[in-house]
Amino acid sequence: MTFSPELEAKLTKLVNSYPAGRLKSALIPMLMFTQDEVGSITPELVKEIANRLKITPVQVDEVVTYYSMLHKKPMGKYHIQVCTNISCLLWDGDKLYEHARHKLGLGHKEVSADGQFSLEEVECMGACSWAPAIQVNYDFHHHVTPEKLDEIIDSLRKLH
Amino acid sequence: MLFNPPSPLEVKVLTVRFGLPNSASIDTFLANDGYKAFEKSLDMTQEQIIQEVKDSNLRGRGGAGFPTGMKWGFVPRQSPKPKYIVVNSDESEPGTCKDRVLIENDPHMLIEGCLIAAQAVGSKTGYIYIRGEYRYLIDVMDKAIGEAYARGYLGKNILGRGVDFDLYTHTGAGAYECGEESALLESLEGNRGQPRIRPPFPAVAGLYACPTVLNNVETFAAVPSILLMGGKAWADLGVAKAGGTKLTCLTGHFNRTGVYELPLGFPVEKMINEVGGGVRGGLKMKAFIPGGSSCPVLTGDEAWPLTMDYDSMAKAGTMLGSGGVVLMDENTDMVKAALRIMHFYQHESCGWCIPCREGTTWLKKLLTRLDRGMGTEKDIDLVGDVSKNMMGRTFCPLGDAAALPTESIVRKFRHEFEAKIAKTQISMAGVASPFVVV
Ligand SMILES: Cc1cc2nc3c(=O)[nH]c(=O)nc-3n(C[C@H](O)[C@H](O)[C@H](O)COP(=O)(O)O)c2cc1C
Ligand code: SF4
Ligand code: FES
Repeated sequence: MTFSPELEAKLTKLVNSYPAGRLKSALIPMLMFTQDEVGSITPELVKEIANRLKITPVQVDEVVTYYSMLHKKPMGKYHIQVCTNISCLLWDGDKLYEHARHKLGLGHKEVSADGQFSLEEVECMGACSWAPAIQVNYDFHHHVTPEKLDEIIDSLRKLH
Repeated sequence: MLFNPPSPLEVKVLTVRFGLPNSASIDTFLANDGYKAFEKSLDMTQEQIIQEVKDSNLRGRGGAGFPTGMKWGFVPRQSPKPKYIVVNSDESEPGTCKDRVLIENDPHMLIEGCLIAAQAVGSKTGYIYIRGEYRYLIDVMDKAIGEAYARGYLGKNILGRGVDFDLYTHTGAGAYECGEESALLESLEGNRGQPRIRPPFPAVAGLYACPTVLNNVETFAAVPSILLMGGKAWADLGVAKAGGTKLTCLTGHFNRTGVYELPLGFPVEKMINEVGGGVRGGLKMKAFIPGGSSCPVLTGDEAWPLTMDYDSMAKAGTMLGSGGVVLMDENTDMVKAALRIMHFYQHESCGWCIPCREGTTWLKKLLTRLDRGMGTEKDIDLVGDVSKNMMGRTFCPLGDAAALPTESIVRKFRHEFEAKIAKTQISMAGVASPFVVV
């Protein structure tokens, strides 16, 4: 598989971050960074990473299935993650999630037919003092109201 | 970049540079005492550095509150193996959002803390394990690390003093359990985040089975100020056996939520009413969690007279934890709160040991049933029993973390569980068959 030059540079730096003989340490960051470019952890990607890190595809797979941010199917271009954990719940995070479900017409971990949006109800993401919080891909939005959520989604829709 | 305006009641030690223009840049850092503590440490012996940290009464800020100087003292410095510094920036305990603020506003303070720890134990390599959701912080940290290399504060022969130290970021990929120290090390080695049996503790056999200093972000970040002020003066900021200040995250029903730096021993009442601006809407406080959702829950009446420190919280049957305060007003549905908390632990249980894997699954089912008003009195007892039976019987502390809040909520707010049952029993009058749900 070929990756963009920027990603290759990042991966080279990554594999040089660990002591000799400890190449496997690069596995999780490598999965995260490549997933961002490829869109999901495809069987081809699993093989590629296994080759690069000199481990078996099964060793890669057992890690992929453990971590919630690694997925085998592509999420939407804009992955909307709504936190409903305790601090967000106290600021109506659960209602915000319901609102997002209706607005997007999607359920937990579902992707829209055009591949633009996906929705996930997530656990605490370290934004508790600015609840309720959401993440769109890696971007945080704090103190999100249903109106603000509509605006965010509408402006992303307009990009197309 | 500040998330909330500071409070005049804060004691700014770790957050002094917050709010300065470009506070994350090395220039701002160097212009404001940055790397001075590290330079000081270059003229100290390892024993002196560790003693200073011991004198400061700094206790781990990740949740367990273990004395940091003592932990560093456990590292076998004579061992021929390499020694590692590992920063726990997994920050996933619900209610906690302080490490994020520290890294975003002052990443060099963390680098300096790592450098000093490395000096104390003779380490040449460090890793900062940052949770995957904090991707932008990896960029902030990488940029700061790049600046430190460029200015000679990292790399080979640092400041011409013959010291070598390399520091790297490492991303997680979404797993609360990877905040647990031994699971974190597994993850850092490229494995599933399943915890290791201890002893040996990381200080003796951590990363790659080598001696490892593993601490929370805030713990490392506190070290430069300890060396600059002197351990004793730093200790005096807090209370006996718990020195310094603590970044406290006010979350839930406060008028002014936010992250504030408060000295240990700060009165709960003052924290709520003056720092946090009181309970939202002028309501009463029903429940209080001092430091993340793993702590036993206090009633409002229990919490008001306490102070924010380890001993005061322990005496009240709970823990200071990670600094993630959760305040619930009188309108909070405690059954729903208990269910949401259990939903989290069930999702995050790594599945390695049965009491935790099965316990959290069944507790979630029972609490779901009770929340829907379809439970029975017996279910309430069962929730209490199952949680009690999990405690102390799991491989790692996640099992306790799930059981402690649940058991305390059921014990202290039983009437709310009963009220939900009573309500549906009235509406279900005339329905013959008993309900079996989920
Ligand atoms: C389930 C679980 C999750 C944890 N999550 C974190 C975390 O996100 N950040 C953290 O610093 N410590 C966390 N800890 C505590 C660590 O195991 C460890 O005690 C801590 O990082 C040590 O650093 P300290 O002494 O500086 O607190 C967690 C512990 C458990 C049992
Ligand atoms: S207590 Fe839970 S998280 Fe810890 S080892 Fe057992 S199953 Fe895994
Ligand atoms: S509880 Fe939602 S971000 Fe922490």
